[in-house]
Amino acid sequence: MAKKVKFLQGNEACVEGALMAGMTFYSGYPITPSTEIAELSAERLPRIGGKFIQMEDEIAGIAAAIGASLTGAKAMTATSGPGFSLKQENIGYAALTEIPVVIVNVQRGGPSTGLPTAPGQGDLMQAMWGTHGDHPVICLTPDSVRETFDLTIRAFNLAEKYRTPVILLTDEITGHMREKIEIPDASEVEIYNRIKPEPGSDYKAYKVVDGDIVPKMADFGSGFRYHVTGLMHDETGFPSNSTKNAGILMDRLMAKITDNLDDIITFEEIETADADYLIVAYGGTARTAKAAVKKLRAEGIKVGLFRPITVWPFPEAALYKLSEQVKDIIVAELNYGQMKLEVERVVKNNAPVRFCGKANGEVLTPEELIQKFKEVL
Amino acid sequence: MNHPLVEGFFRMDKFPHIWCPGCGHGIIMASIARAIEKIGLDKDKVCIVSGIGCSSRAPGYMDFNTLHTTHGRALAFATGVKLANPELEVIVIAGDGDLSAIGGNHLIHAARRNIGITTICFNNNIYGMTGGQYSPTTPTKEKGTTAPYGNIDKPFDITQLAIGAGATYAAKTTAYHVPQMDKLIETAIRHKGFSMVEAISICPTYYGRKNKKGSVVDMMTFLKDSFIDVKVAEKLPPEKKEGKFLMGEFINKAEPEYTEQYDQIIASQKK
Amino acid sequence: MADSKDNLTIHINESWCKGCGICIAFCPKKVLGFNENGKVTMLDRENCIKCGMCQMRCPDFAIFLGGKE
Repeated sequence: MAKKVKFLQGNEACVEGALMAGMTFYSGYPITPSTEIAELSAERLPRIGGKFIQMEDEIAGIAAAIGASLTGAKAMTATSGPGFSLKQENIGYAALTEIPVVIVNVQRGGPSTGLPTAPGQGDLMQAMWGTHGDHPVICLTPDSVRETFDLTIRAFNLAEKYRTPVILLTDEITGHMREKIEIPDASEVEIYNRIKPEPGSDYKAYKVVDGDIVPKMADFGSGFRYHVTGLMHDETGFPSNSTKNAGILMDRLMAKITDNLDDIITFEEIETADADYLIVAYGGTARTAKAAVKKLRAEGIKVGLFRPITVWPFPEAALYKLSEQVKDIIVAELNYGQMKLEVERVVKNNAPVRFCGKANGEVLTPEELIQKFKEVL
Repeated sequence: MNHPLVEGFFRMDKFPHIWCPGCGHGIIMASIARAIEKIGLDKDKVCIVSGIGCSSRAPGYMDFNTLHTTHGRALAFATGVKLANPELEVIVIAGDGDLSAIGGNHLIHAARRNIGITTICFNNNIYGMTGGQYSPTTPTKEKGTTAPYGNIDKPFDITQLAIGAGATYAAKTTAYHVPQMDKLIETAIRHKGFSMVEAISICPTYYGRKNKKGSVVDMMTFLKDSFIDVKVAEKLPPEKKEGKFLMGEFINKAEPEYTEQYDQIIASQKK
Repeated sequence: MADSKDNLTIHINESWCKGCGICIAFCPKKVLGFNENGKVTMLDRENCIKCGMCQMRCPDFAIFLGGKE
């Protein structure tokens, strides 16, 4: 089969990836800079028998996607900063009810309406801590158009496998940038589908059986008449006020992620083998960091890059290991130091953690990063 | 022996339900089950969706595919369910606050789209679950815990709101007028497109006590005496309609249904 | 119809009854009343016309027409 080469925006690659992953439902609300994801989904989904709907607001955008997922559809919604804020309550709902859904946040600049057409990375902490209550989160961050394609597929796979909302945290840089990408043949792509109960089998909607990671998930309408609620519930799915049951459920929800970190976490290391200094960067800013590493290496400075691809759960073990080796760490991001906090927490006193960032809507240039690097180190 | 309706359409082990003595919600919930029975729907193909509040606890008792969502969002979730699988008969149960305050946007847009969802509004004129705060349907001058000096808001007529937003079927009934309620809910479920039945419930515990409405029986008697069918009212002289509320079928018209229209797009685009 | 009603009688599930009194107040034949527990009870089975209005207006599914046992 001939390779399919396309020249795509990150947002377009997201839709191509979603379709390859098996997306059959999209619901959302227009917002810059994510709107191309909705537009392309609207065009493409009916051609494969899928459904697109533009909802009345951001909250409805995620709610409809969760509803669709319950009927067996692979569902996605996309948004940007303000819309991500609005979706938080239902992200928590999907987490507690264990309904797979993919939420794309193409980050823009600033709080509030901020800078709608400019990049930012200020939603990192919100991706983890945005909804109320403790809850499991998986959040992936691509740094290129091709990786947006790949990680969208991975987001669907992880959502199906762990029955949890997965956040694809991109940014205006990767979302609007165009790159040539090779679309793999479907046969080369691994797709994970949720495990459903055997028809007619004895079914407790929230009981983990057969050594599975999560409970099997029956489609609404498939003959298993079960109950889904955002209240704490027991294995049957019905509300329970028992603190014992609440504890069992919360432990299981958290453990399905923390017990499978090796499967969920991915990261990239560049020139770290002999590195004395480490740059930590992710998403669009990692491209800046890659260029900076190249230039600094050319000057003979032993610097490497650590790029979390899965940002939640955070790749702690790998970063900790590197922190034992390097003298200094600098975190580069388009905010006032959100990942820096996480890096400090992880590396403890192994190395000082410096910061290079801004949140004025500009991208960080390699020169700025190099200058900061030389200033602080 | 067991209650035949409970045995056939409810999760018996969840009873008795959580609602207060005299709460009208159980009456409306039973009516929905009788309508489903009468139409002969396949229980596996019925999906009941609710938000948050007293009425939203109903799906937990009902033996169908049941979804208890977030406050106000039942219709948004239901829209996803219905569009993704139009084979399902989707029924939303929502309280007055859930449907017309926090969820008001979803109500008007579901109505506007004419998507094939039946909404049954359990309207008790109060936020019961949180202890009796005034809602968008609390009449002016009436009291709630957050309107200790009387409510100065003007109440919504949810039925007229749905009609204004484009609902193709809208009716109003009360927890007293059960035979009429059965008929209206049955017609609403059979209707193609968005349908809504606003069922006036009673909340003796909060609304009743706070506003000195008397006993449960007094509140039911008020429903009995205060509502007249819109068709009967047409023939009555004005003095006989004074102080009365209208109930019955307010709109029933045929328009293209949303998921069917989407299926036509699929048919035209699918290769 | 008369035949089918002959085989029916009012059943009361006292454990579900919350004693709201709706069925008692609106029974057209006034055959129902409260018992010593404050729950509904059948006072006059003979005059019950089995119209089913008690069942329809019971919020608690505690009273219903069912087969004679």
